[in-house]
Formats: sequence, C-alpha cells, structure tokens
Amino acid sequence: MGRAAIWMWAGLWIWLALGLSLSGCSKDRQPTTQTGNKLSGKIVLTGSSTVAPLASEMAKRFEALHPGVRVDVQTGGSSRGIADTRQGLADVGMVSRSLKRNETDLMAFPVARDGIGIIVHEDNALSQLNVDQVAAIYTGKVTNWATVGGSNAPITVINKAEGRSTLELFLQHFRLKNSEIRAHVVIGDNEQGVKTVAGNPHAIGYVSIGTAESDAEHGVPIKLLPLDGTEATTNTVADGSYPLSRVLHFVTKEEPTGLSKAFIEYARSSAVHPIIEVQSFVAMAP
Amino acid sequence: MSRWRRDKILLWALRSCACLAGTLLFLIVLFLFIEAAPALSNIAFTHFITDTGWHPVEGLYNLSPMLMGTLWATLGALLVATPLGVLSAVFCHYYAPPAVATPYRRLIELLAGIPSVVYGFWGLVMVVPFIAQYQPPGASLLAGIIVLTLMILPTIALIADASFANVPSHYLHSAAALGLSRWTTVAQIILPTAKPGLITAIVLATGRAIGETMAVLMVCGNVVNAPQSVFEPIRTLTANIALEMAYAVGNHRAALFVSGLALLIMIVALIILAERANGHRQHA
Repeated sequence: MGRAAIWMWAGLWIWLALGLSLSGCSKDRQPTTQTGNKLSGKIVLTGSSTVAPLASEMAKRFEALHPGVRVDVQTGGSSRGIADTRQGLADVGMVSRSLKRNETDLMAFPVARDGIGIIVHEDNALSQLNVDQVAAIYTGKVTNWATVGGSNAPITVINKAEGRSTLELFLQHFRLKNSEIRAHVVIGDNEQGVKTVAGNPHAIGYVSIGTAESDAEHGVPIKLLPLDGTEATTNTVADGSYPLSRVLHFVTKEEPTGLSKAFIEYARSSAVHPIIEVQSFVAMAP
Repeated sequence: MSRWRRDKILLWALRSCACLAGTLLFLIVLFLFIEAAPALSNIAFTHFITDTGWHPVEGLYNLSPMLMGTLWATLGALLVATPLGVLSAVFCHYYAPPAVATPYRRLIELLAGIPSVVYGFWGLVMVVPFIAQYQPPGASLLAGIIVLTLMILPTIALIADASFANVPSHYLHSAAALGLSRWTTVAQIILPTAKPGLITAIVLATGRAIGETMAVLMVCGNVVNAPQSVFEPIRTLTANIALEMAYAVGNHRAALFVSGLALLIMIVALIILAERANGHRQHA
C-alpha cells in the first residue's frame, strides 16, 4: 500500500512536469520574419465565433498566397478576443461589435457588417414589428400574438445564451437587461435559433440576417420581420439603413506590423468580398 | 526469461497503468478546483443558492435551478428507462425465441451506438415541435426526458441482459425442477440474483444521463428555471457549461467551473449511494 502510494505521487509529478513543459511550449512564439516580399511565420487570431468562420476562410486564402505563413484561428467570443489581444496571447483579436469605451486602448479595423434580424415562422400572420413591440414581447408584457396584431396564440420567446455578442447588441439596441427578458428557449448559435423557429409556428427569435436570409432562400420556413419599417435584408445592412446591425472588427494591441499588418490589409481588400458574401455577411463600403 | 521475471514486468506494467489512470483523474479534479477557485473565493457560497437568478454578467450566480433541472431530467429518464430496459432484457433473455432475441439484441446495441447529437437533432426537429402543438414552447423538461430515456435505455437493457446471463444455470434448472412458472422464476429468482448487475446498470445509466450535454442542450429550452411542470423549459448544469463556456471571462468563467464541481460532487454521491445499496444487498 505504501509503495503504491509512492508510485502514485511519482506519476503525479511526472504528469505535472509534462503539463508545465507543454504549456511552456505553447507560449513560445515563432518569430515573424519578413525578407523582401516573402512573408513567413505564424499569427494567432482569437475571439468572436461570429467572425471566426469568416476569418478562417480569409486565413486559408492568405496561406495559399503566402506558403510560408500559418494563420491560427480560435474562437471564444468577442470578450476573449479583447482579453487575449491585450495579454498578447493573440496577435489579432476578432470582435463582433464596436469597441466599448474602456477598450479604446486597442486599435480596431472594420472587416464586414452583420445585421441581427427578428425571425418568426413563415406561417405567422404578422408582417412587421416596431422596437416597443419587440421589447414588450421579450420582457413578457405581451404574451399573445393577438396583442401585436397576429393570430390568437401564445408567443414562444427565444433568447441567446449569456455572453454572446448577438445578445449584447440586441439588449443594447432595445435598452433591456438580460434579467428582464422572459425567455422560453435559450439557444447557442444562429442555426439552433433558425431550427427552433422553423419547428414552432408561434416562436420569435433573433439571429444574424445573413444566416436567416440564406436559410429562408433554401426553403427553411422562417421569415425576417422588418424592424421599424426597414426591411431586414443584407442590402439594408450594407447601406447602413437597417438599425439593428453591427460591424465586425479585427483588433490589435498596437499599430500592426509585419504579418499581422499584411493579414489585416488582405482582410480589408476587395479580394475577400466573395468570401464575405458566401459567409452571409456584408462587405464594408469602400 | 524466467517466469518470475515476466511476472515482475507485468506487475510494473499494471502498476504504471493504474498510476496513469489515478493521476489523470487527480489532475482533472485539481484543475477543476484551481479554475473554480476565483469564484469560490470572490463569491460567497450562499450566492450559488440564494441569488435571484443566473445572470453572471450582472453578478447573479444561482446554480440551484440548474441543479434541480439536472436532477429532474435524470430522475425522469431513469423512472421510464429502468423498467423498460429491465423488462426488455427479461423478454430478450427468457421469453423471446432465439430468432427474435438475436436481432433484437443487435438492435439495442445499435441504439447504444448512436451518437448523442443525433438523438438531440431528432429531438429538436421531431419531439419539440410535436410537444409544441399541445403545450408550447415544446422545448421542455419532457422533451429532455424523452430523449434521455432513449439514450440510456440501451445501456440498461444491455447490462441487465449481461447480468441475467451470469445467473448460475443450476438456479434455473432447480426452478424448473420445482415446477415454478416462468414469471415466478424471473421475479423471485432471476431478479434478486441479478440485482447487483441491475444496480450497476442503473448507476451507469444515471451517469450517462447526468453527463449528457448536446442532446439536452438542443431540446430542453435552456431557460434557467426551477420547473413547475414537465412542459416547462429547464437548463441542466452540463448545458450551462456548454452554452456559456466559450464566451465567459473572469468570475463568470470560474462560476461555470463551480457548476462542473457541483456535477462531480453529484456523481461521487451517486457512486457512494450505489456502493452502499450493493453492499447491503450482498450481505442480506
């Protein structure tokens, strides 16, 4: 028994040492070198899960253009993007909103636009909602579609999970606190929201307009409601007339140099517009 | 190489395997404690039970509705799946003709192999809309129980089947010699003899139900809510971690590790209870 215990401890220390050395390794950065026009090295991007798929597509193209380059894209939410960039764990952070007042120490580069659309089931008789009605529905003051001009049926309110930037933007736009919202379903990503609304004729939710538009085009029984009279389409997001929209940013700690600079310039060039459209976002006006 | 030498090598190999398994578990628990430490020291313990809700961004950290959610969903699924699973094993082992029993067993094995996300997706597109027709919103404790039941049913059925196979055959022969009916044999001899195996089946099933994340996340609605009826949405501890971990920082993140600890404690309590139950039965 005594010997077994000794061996348990020995094993523990070996594993601890191994763990420490591994975590030590991951902090080592390959230096970014730039000789002439040839880029090489590795950059790390972390942050918003909304921006991440777009960033990885851009990264793939960028790596194809510059064979010596590795772009590592990790998700974890806008807050993680900010924190990692500040601590130097990431070279570039991905943030799916504008920087807050206490985040102005970072440099932000707009990459694309994204709009949040209110979605209901295709069979819902309602044709539009205004800001007050949406707020009343989400705070539980209105619980039946008849009150806002729909058919007589209880409303199923779909909210996003705490920490998501979509939720943050939604709350900010409607001047709500998350604790005031009376939700029936809480979802994680956009697709789960679309599927939940598609499966429930009396549900209301909010997701990225790009996602909703392409799903609706592919026959998913949902529709995007105009908000305060403005149609929710990628076009109204692009021209800035749709009120509930956000700009996706890359952020850096300092004026970007070398590889980070090259990547950010590439991400803001017209070469990536097709990627932005495929990902259901809207390119920034030049 | 002498026989003793080989024995010695085997002994060392076994020792290092055991050592590895033990340390891994120990490190995981240690990691959980380290990550949860900021929350445990910054937030008074009572916050996790008495706050008005779970809104970590606003500083409210009540975990108890999610603890209840996990318990109710697990308990509900166990209450449905245990009799179904055990009886299906009884059918398979003692009533079904071999031509039926073998394909039936394969079917249950197949059911056990389906990934949980598939069950979740099925729940999301079939079960939830079906319940929503009668009791909106549909995403509810009931949907969670239905999906969980399907997931743990094969576990219970397969382990029960295996423990029936371990009942000594002379018990059966003696029962037959006494002229006992088949049902009496099953109820009075087989089930009591196989009880430790059945308890193992229930414990493993409970573990799977408590730990299940994806499927539950997709069908339960995930509203932090102490349910008053089976038609209300719930959020389980595992779903809470999966939903928010990617986006959590600071105290919020540490509070999620506290939910992980709570889960771990629940499972340890469960194992201790099961050991006790098994021990008593064997002595009786």
